[in-house]
Amino acid sequence: MFIKLSETMQIYLPIAEVSVNAFLLLGLGGFVGVLSGMFGVGGGFLMTPLLFFIGIPPAVAVATEANQIVASSFSGALAHLRRKTVDLRMGTVLLGGGLIGAVLGLYVFNYLKALGQVDLLVKLCYVVFLGVIGTLMFVESLNAIRRARSKTTVINRTNRHKGLVHTLPLKMRFKTSGLYISVIPPFAVGIFVGILSAIMGVGGGFIMVPAMIYLLGMPTKVVVGTSLFQIIFVTGFTTLLHATTNYTVDIALAVLLLIGGVVGAQIGTQIGAKMQAEQLRILLSVLVLLVCLKLAMDLLIEPAELFSLGKLGI
Amino acid sequence: MRILSLVILFLMLSKTVVASEQIVLGLSQDEVAITANFDGSQILLFGAIQRDAPEPDGKMGVIITIAGPSKPIAVRKKEKRFGIWVNNQTVEVDAAPSFYAVATNAPFSEILLDVEDLRNKISIERAIRSVGAPMHIENSQSFTEAVIRIRKDQKLYQLLENEILVDQNTLFRTAIDMPANLTEGDYFTKIFLTRDGEIVSQFDTTIDVKKVGLERFLFNLSRQNPLIYGLMSLAIAIFAGWVASSFFRYIRHT
Repeated sequence: MFIKLSETMQIYLPIAEVSVNAFLLLGLGGFVGVLSGMFGVGGGFLMTPLLFFIGIPPAVAVATEANQIVASSFSGALAHLRRKTVDLRMGTVLLGGGLIGAVLGLYVFNYLKALGQVDLLVKLCYVVFLGVIGTLMFVESLNAIRRARSKTTVINRTNRHKGLVHTLPLKMRFKTSGLYISVIPPFAVGIFVGILSAIMGVGGGFIMVPAMIYLLGMPTKVVVGTSLFQIIFVTGFTTLLHATTNYTVDIALAVLLLIGGVVGAQIGTQIGAKMQAEQLRILLSVLVLLVCLKLAMDLLIEPAELFSLGKLGI
Repeated sequence: MRILSLVILFLMLSKTVVASEQIVLGLSQDEVAITANFDGSQILLFGAIQRDAPEPDGKMGVIITIAGPSKPIAVRKKEKRFGIWVNNQTVEVDAAPSFYAVATNAPFSEILLDVEDLRNKISIERAIRSVGAPMHIENSQSFTEAVIRIRKDQKLYQLLENEILVDQNTLFRTAIDMPANLTEGDYFTKIFLTRDGEIVSQFDTTIDVKKVGLERFLFNLSRQNPLIYGLMSLAIAIFAGWVASSFFRYIRHT
């Protein structure tokens, strides 16, 4: 059997029901892993569309990617727990919102799946988010490079949103973050991220981290650990929801991506520590924009085949 | 063994039918196992035509069909809405085989009359039945055609004209390639012998296509015990994450 495996290296994914090259999956996992190690991003927002491109059905890609994120965020969160850079109380509030959001997101997902529009929903979400994030990252890193060249000091931004967060009711003390704020904003952020997790198969760190810094005013050192803590449970819950309602979690696919991913992430961390972050960040933003463009083209250009086949009643 | 007993059964039954020619068939395999490294399969079909009288006149034809399990499908058509291409109309094709291959020893129309095709539903177009098209959808025929076109592209529907080799009008053989994306189930295999387009003999058998081993276990678990499957997926993911983090911590500390 092993001789035969090495001959072809094609692997049949039991749930996706397609035959894919195992090296391609390991390579994809490794590639996204390197990027996530270099930039400290989860990588779900890149992996899921890349899975579409290699022919994995979008519903399977989303559910399986949620499962893979559990693994990568678990190892990350462990490191942060050891360093005590997790605000457990804030994490729990975000998590509460996240679970509700995941249920809402899955409801929308399954409703549109019944209408045959789920591929459109997922792809539209990706076009919008990748477009916005890619552009922001591109502009931000261009500015950073320009600033570094002209050697002007960075002006410290004052937090304008602090006022709003402080006027809302239901205040709670978050000791680790050193905050005394209403639970409504973090809960709402949690819901939003939960919806994204269920529809797009992402952890949502790329939304949560900036929201925690700029909206909630949390100290930077606890932001990543706390978001990872929330992501483990929300993506774990999303995985279970998809597995029990859509049967779309492909464990064989997840394991292959995972192996590539963990190795890649370690390499990425080493590279990231040695190289200039700003130039690399521009590369990442270009990549994000390219993926966004490819997805947008698929929606905008008249497809060669107007018809598509789907299963009935799911 | 099963084929042999089928042949014997067929021979016994056919005594009542007045036919001077009969088909005897062999298969390279009567089971296709979808394993972890499944990448499609090739099935060899071979057989002979048995005669108890001199060969009759007329053009002889051999047709082999393999039909996978029929499942209803939703055929969707994209249309431009607000500048983007969106699935718009849906037509339900209520019985379309998931796999269908027709192999012949000569051009299809030369060896099978249209009436016989209509009766036995042999050609790809006839093997698909569409009833569920709603009245408001114009041109519902184009939806059925789309099924055939898409599945032909995926090698799920194949018309293999002149692909059966016939030796001395007695022995015949062909090979049919089955792609990797097969649906599990019984694949009904039929062999027709025709004279001047009329079917004079028919032989039926089935090929069993199924997932085996780990593939079967995972697929069944995901459908029958989805919660356990989901929890197992999570456990594997968490375990892998933990192993990775402790492994790399170990490397860094040494």
